[in-house]
Amino acid sequence: MATENPIVAVRALNHWFGIGDARKQALDDINIDLPRGSFTVLMGPSGSGKTTLLTLIGCLRSVQDGSARLLGQELQGADDDVLTRLRQRLGFIFQAHNLHESLTALQNVMMGVQVRQGVTDALAKQAAARVLGLVGLSDRVDYLPANLSGGQKQRVAVARALAGNPALVLADEPTAALDKDSAADVVDLLKRLAAERGTTTLLVTHDNRILDRADRILTLQDGRIVSISGKG
Amino acid sequence: MTRLLQRLFGRLPIGWLQLTHKRGRFAAALSGVAFANVLVFVQLGLMNAMGAATLKPYGFFQADIMISASDANALSDGGNVARQWMLQALADPDVAEGMGLFVGNVPWDRGDKDITFTTFGIDPARSGCVTPGVIEDLPLLQVQGVTILDRLARGLPREEAAAIRPQTPLSFETQGRTLSAVGTFAGGGGFGGDGFMVVSDQTFLSLFPTRSSAAPDHILLRLRPGANVPATITRLHSLISDKSLRIRSYADAGAEDLRYQQTQRPTGVIFGFGVLIGVLVGLVIVYQVLSADVADHLREYATFKAMGYGPRFFVGIVTEEALVLGVLGFLPGLVIGTAILTLMAAVTTLPLTMTAGMAVTVFTGTVVFSTLSGIIATRRLVAADPADLF
Repeated sequence: MATENPIVAVRALNHWFGIGDARKQALDDINIDLPRGSFTVLMGPSGSGKTTLLTLIGCLRSVQDGSARLLGQELQGADDDVLTRLRQRLGFIFQAHNLHESLTALQNVMMGVQVRQGVTDALAKQAAARVLGLVGLSDRVDYLPANLSGGQKQRVAVARALAGNPALVLADEPTAALDKDSAADVVDLLKRLAAERGTTTLLVTHDNRILDRADRILTLQDGRIVSISGKG
Repeated sequence: MTRLLQRLFGRLPIGWLQLTHKRGRFAAALSGVAFANVLVFVQLGLMNAMGAATLKPYGFFQADIMISASDANALSDGGNVARQWMLQALADPDVAEGMGLFVGNVPWDRGDKDITFTTFGIDPARSGCVTPGVIEDLPLLQVQGVTILDRLARGLPREEAAAIRPQTPLSFETQGRTLSAVGTFAGGGGFGGDGFMVVSDQTFLSLFPTRSSAAPDHILLRLRPGANVPATITRLHSLISDKSLRIRSYADAGAEDLRYQQTQRPTGVIFGFGVLIGVLVGLVIVYQVLSADVADHLREYATFKAMGYGPRFFVGIVTEEALVLGVLGFLPGLVIGTAILTLMAAVTTLPLTMTAGMAVTVFTGTVVFSTLSGIIATRRLVAADPADLF
């Protein structure tokens, strides 16, 4: 399954939690590539290791064993500064929107742009307003999250993840808290914007309603990849 | 304000937005900081007043050297000094004039309340040791039972004091004697007495029959113009055989008195602790506010961490909050502190005033300690683990 210049290349990746007798293997010999611009869905039952894999690729945990290369950078042994810099090139979408309650929709999205050094306030504002327009929230830019619906909040979170033009978007159950229509809207939006910008997407979900949107579907069970299906 | 801070920091003022998002809590936090500021202002005001009150009587006299007993830590404390040492000191070629200074407290029972005068007994003939323009009409003191009274004394009605003149003296009884006040000067209440009174040494001895004219409390010496004070003190040490005496410059005597009042006397120590407690209260309040704020926003901070924001960004937010609290809490603290000091000064006649120095000191301290609290509070940010968001 090797691909030329993949955004993510994982080889023989193992991960454990706990120590001594309590040590438990969460990931077991994972080998995957995420090609540039692909839209990959990661499925599996609870405890199968989906989130662990997502956090390792997202530089939120240290790689213990094996290799994981992100944007050409080996994550095994990388220090905190390297991991922080790499995270600036990613977009995260969480199950809960995790918007900052004190910031307006526009300001929340600006945070996704300003994480990169050298972006002026005016540029960040312009980029944030444009992406909010793309997600259909032009008329809600000055709203605080408390005044937005669940679907609108998640769309702001999508805008925040995409506003900085990330190379890779990592989304963890982004539709879990949404009704059917809102869930479909958010995933379609994510896929459309990712395709327009050439952004690679890895989306963890239990939601069978969105499987038909995926280029590839990876299924994890007990820490191992048990199936790979799709167009890619 | 948001735009101003945005320009100032070159980024969204997240600290400011966070603080002002919950206005009730923000107001409570500012009240807390203002309260701590008021505490410090009042205690500093009292400390300064004690300093001013301590040094005030030194200003009534002019001298270059003061000779005191070994245990005389303050102007009104300690044992006596034999007058013979003044005569001995006058043998030094650089000593131009000497005067014995008697000090004692004299109560004036006015029926409704007592006024305690810190009373100085001086030789009216030695006017060179009395500051000109401060205490006038010295020759009048040569008459037994005559006094010059502090018109700003606590408990002395101002109109009553204003009427005191040689032609219309104010007579009153104290220590079984009748005194006639023929003039006034500007003193003011202190911590050891309600005001001051100047009498001749002879009148002083009639008020304190157990005291002796040969043993004043202090000896004040004036030197000839151009004389070297330290060199003269060194010579006096060898000239005066009583090696237990304290022979100091007049300025050093005042400074040592002040230090003694601030560090040895209970009132000074209490005021000092008051300042310390005010600072600690402020530190704890700001820390609590920031710490609670960090705890409330751990999930958002973890999100920012996941997005790639580094430690400096978070320290920046918390420091920004600390500065906002420090600066905005200072302003009401300054206003309320000034009002309280003014009120206290009117009631006590102590020289309690808000000075620019106090305001600058407290402002600087507030900013420094608020920042310190903020830095301590950022330790809680370690708990914001972005991996927990998934």
